[in-house]
Amino acid sequence: MRITCPVCGERDRREFTYKEAALARPEAGADLEDWDAYVHLRENPAGVTRELWYHEMGCSAWIVVTRNTVTHAMLGSELASGADLGGKR
Amino acid sequence: MRVPGKGLYEGGPSVSFTFNGRPMMGLEGDTLASALLANDVHLVARSFKYHRPRGILTAGSEEPNALVTVGSGAEQDPNTRATVQELFDGLEARSQNCWPTVEHDVMAVNDLAAPFLGAGFYYKTFMWPAAFWEKLYEPMIRRAAGLGALSGAADPDLYEKAYAHCDLLVIGSGPAGLMTALVAGRAGADVILAEEDSRMGGRMLAETEEVDGQPAHLWAEGVIAELEAMGNVRLMARTSVAGAYDQGTYAALEKVGHHRLRQPGLPRECFWRIAAKQAVLAAGAIERPVAFRNNDRPGIMAAGAVRAYLNRWGVAPGQNVTVFANNDDAHRTARDLTEAGVHVAALIDSRHDAPGSDLFKVIKGGQVCNASGRKRVESITVRSVAGEEKIQTDCLAMSGGWNPSVHLACHQNGRPAWDRDSAAFLPVVGMVPGLSYAGACNGTFSTAGALREGVEAARAALAELGIKAPDVDVPQAQDDPYRITALWAVPGKGRAWLDFQNDVSVKDVQQAATENFRSVEHMKRYTTQGMATDQGKNSNVAALAVLADATGRGIAETGTTTFRPPFSPVSIGAMGAGATDMGFKPQRFLTSHGVAEERGAQQLEVGLWYRAGYFPKPGETNWRQSCDREVTMVREAVGVCDVSTLGKIDIQGPDAAKLLDFVYTGMFSTLKEGRVRYGLMLREDGFIMDDGTTARLGKTHYVMTTTTAAAGQVMAHLEFVLQALRPEWDVRIASATEHWAQFAVAGPKARALLNGLLDSQIDSASFPFMGCGEMSVMGVKGRLFRISFSGEEGYEIAVPARYGDSLFRTLTARAEALGGGLYGMEALNVLRIEKGFITHAEINGTVTMHDLGMEKMLSTKKEFIGKSLAQRPGLTDPMREGLVGLKPVGAVKQLSSGAHLFSQGDPVERVYDQGYVTSVGFSPTLGHMIGLGFLKNGQARIGEHIRMVDHMRGLDAVCEVVNPVFFDPEGGRLRG
Repeated sequence: MRITCPVCGERDRREFTYKEAALARPEAGADLEDWDAYVHLRENPAGVTRELWYHEMGCSAWIVVTRNTVTHAMLGSELASGADLGGKR
Repeated sequence: MRVPGKGLYEGGPSVSFTFNGRPMMGLEGDTLASALLANDVHLVARSFKYHRPRGILTAGSEEPNALVTVGSGAEQDPNTRATVQELFDGLEARSQNCWPTVEHDVMAVNDLAAPFLGAGFYYKTFMWPAAFWEKLYEPMIRRAAGLGALSGAADPDLYEKAYAHCDLLVIGSGPAGLMTALVAGRAGADVILAEEDSRMGGRMLAETEEVDGQPAHLWAEGVIAELEAMGNVRLMARTSVAGAYDQGTYAALEKVGHHRLRQPGLPRECFWRIAAKQAVLAAGAIERPVAFRNNDRPGIMAAGAVRAYLNRWGVAPGQNVTVFANNDDAHRTARDLTEAGVHVAALIDSRHDAPGSDLFKVIKGGQVCNASGRKRVESITVRSVAGEEKIQTDCLAMSGGWNPSVHLACHQNGRPAWDRDSAAFLPVVGMVPGLSYAGACNGTFSTAGALREGVEAARAALAELGIKAPDVDVPQAQDDPYRITALWAVPGKGRAWLDFQNDVSVKDVQQAATENFRSVEHMKRYTTQGMATDQGKNSNVAALAVLADATGRGIAETGTTTFRPPFSPVSIGAMGAGATDMGFKPQRFLTSHGVAEERGAQQLEVGLWYRAGYFPKPGETNWRQSCDREVTMVREAVGVCDVSTLGKIDIQGPDAAKLLDFVYTGMFSTLKEGRVRYGLMLREDGFIMDDGTTARLGKTHYVMTTTTAAAGQVMAHLEFVLQALRPEWDVRIASATEHWAQFAVAGPKARALLNGLLDSQIDSASFPFMGCGEMSVMGVKGRLFRISFSGEEGYEIAVPARYGDSLFRTLTARAEALGGGLYGMEALNVLRIEKGFITHAEINGTVTMHDLGMEKMLSTKKEFIGKSLAQRPGLTDPMREGLVGLKPVGAVKQLSSGAHLFSQGDPVERVYDQGYVTSVGFSPTLGHMIGLGFLKNGQARIGEHIRMVDHMRGLDAVCEVVNPVFFDPEGGRLRG
């Protein structure tokens, strides 16, 4: 498996560490249900999914990878800094 | 024996080798199998279960029978297929799974017991009594059955791994593969051509046919020479592509050292990961036997293999050969043998419409129904319209047709499609993205067809790559149609073998069906059909055809078992190349490592780091004596300890304080310059992630310390916060753990020691508790932090790592002059337990701020990571397990970490569990053992007596629950 780092290009997946599904963080003071969903509830889709990966053995970029869990096709990747995951603040 | 005038290696250098201790000669270019046949050795192995005599069946990597052990001692390679082992001077090979010799194997008695040992026999026979399975039956079966054995010694060989990238990977170098590589190579594409054999050319080396008017193997040589001259084509012989993975990734095993004597530094194998934009499978096909009674006798071989031994290696596997076939292709074996002067007694073709011949006798519509001769076939029984007749023969070349090598195409769970005309499973387009098929593996069996498909596959791949294809004419070659009428098993009494390697017969498969193991996957597991080193390459299709017949279904409906990598065996050594010994777990050494070694310190592994556990003095005979002395030394004088393993993260920028406020539970934006603050950070789920101190060195400059264990995790976490959650903040972070050597100096005389070294003096006013700043030590610029993990007046002094060794030696000498010295991890641990300071033994991922009694450090004035979920009722419940101290008060004075706590009088059972012990140590300061642990509603139970039970260590002690701060609870000593 290879992942395209937007900074470094296509690299072996052993350079990356997986975190979890790429979800937007709830704003401060949001309902506990929203926090529960953010921390615990996952779709586990058979199909297209967006995930957070860390280029730990490379440039330290956090990236959002879009891939298909059925075909294993890599569909794209972008820097997490542009993915608007921080929620309202 | 050799046939004069035949073979590609005739007249070449000769090679000496031994087989079962017997010296023999072969030719350079021989495989062990061809050399054995040249020496008239047919009996080379004993079968897995029945210890039946077995010979050489094939001439390739699919060989099920001729497994031998090469070499001896730690270097021995068991289960080496004689058909792929290249001959070299000094090769030593021997038969395996036989005793005392392959000629006289006492375990052959198993064959007489065959009626009791059929499919599933051990499921039925060894059921009772249950305890006998492990102690008696299994060891017995394991001794009787099996292949070669490992030496039991560590593998001394070297292996490598490597990565390669290309536009086009071509798998196989027969006519289809060579043509694909030629067209793509001429187009300028970056091509890798992988061939499992030592020599490229595929079946062109084994046939007497012409391509473009010259002998096929010479045409192949010309193409290979052209490819070699190209800078953009990499030819990889002896390289078996083992698996097809996602995104055009292919695993391949290159044999580097198997075909020569061992040399220092020469790897045995190299494990390749090849990333290919496009790939073409041109892996050819594997000939399958026909099942009939005693079809496993030595001397009964695949017809194509007999042709290969004759045409490539110049060896006739017999002097009076018979051929048994259901297709036209095998007729070439009889023709080639006859033309080479070898007598062909008869060709038996199961088809009534088989072609005839002027060169040899053809029995049409006949079937071979038995073979006799135990260690070598002596005669066969042929059944035809004329009745049964016995024909004397010393070699039977058989062919049930060819199975396209679709394996790699199926590695991503695609299933091949049954083609009735060719009686074969063919690959389906698109089973592996980017992989197409050419030649025999695609069911195109003629040379002309293979060459044509090679050109087409190259053109298609080039189109995908956006590279213009050159004009290439398809060379002229034989274009005979492949005519076959399926024949899987000849009916009759006795055992007709399907899987030679696992001793699976037609009856076994039929029995599986009778017992309702009707699914092909169930049949496989019940009979062991298709398992072990050959994975049923030449037997699976026939076995499932027999199953289809037994269950009244069609072959297509019955389907295949799952094809899994590797295509042919890959050694664990190759896959693990580079990851043994230090490669498996690198070592990280501190700048103080030299001093620690000189002083005989006991090293402890802390992650990858090596830290001194304690520094023994003369006369100290166990670690406790050293540890007690070091603790007392810190409490009474001064101790020095290397704490550089703690993570250090440099944080700079106008928004640095915002970051700290966001990741810590406490407030850091209010921290004054020149001051240090302790903080805890949470995970988003509200549990504690890590703790540490952060020092403010300047207006926009902080340095954070993390625990040793969580240094990487915290760094990744901060990066995540900055990049994913708050990208708008103007702040940058960098790990500086290795850049600084940092030493703790602790004890009543710590300040006196430092003032002897620092270029400007410090006192309690200029450097109060939790103060920090830049300083100069003996002319070197560094940093000083007044923090304490021991409860004594303590400092941590940091200098650039290159000064670490020098400063550590100086600190050691100065400390010793003041009655102090070095202390290690053991003493550090006791000192911190005495103070109730936590480590990851306590913040173990299940612990909250409330559990530690630190809920007041959850700031209410700001947002921070984990704040919302830390307020969940389940995380703040006082009945949760809270941090307490423990001291023994009963007869047993011992405590142990990992022990569990129970209320006195309660049964010691899980449901009564009240908590657990996390850290213990003997406190020389207090004169007894002390411990930290978590106890339900712990803070409210101070003073209670509780039972501590450790079943692992056999401990059962009564403890008093006490405040976790055992020593100097007011903190007067550390404030100095």
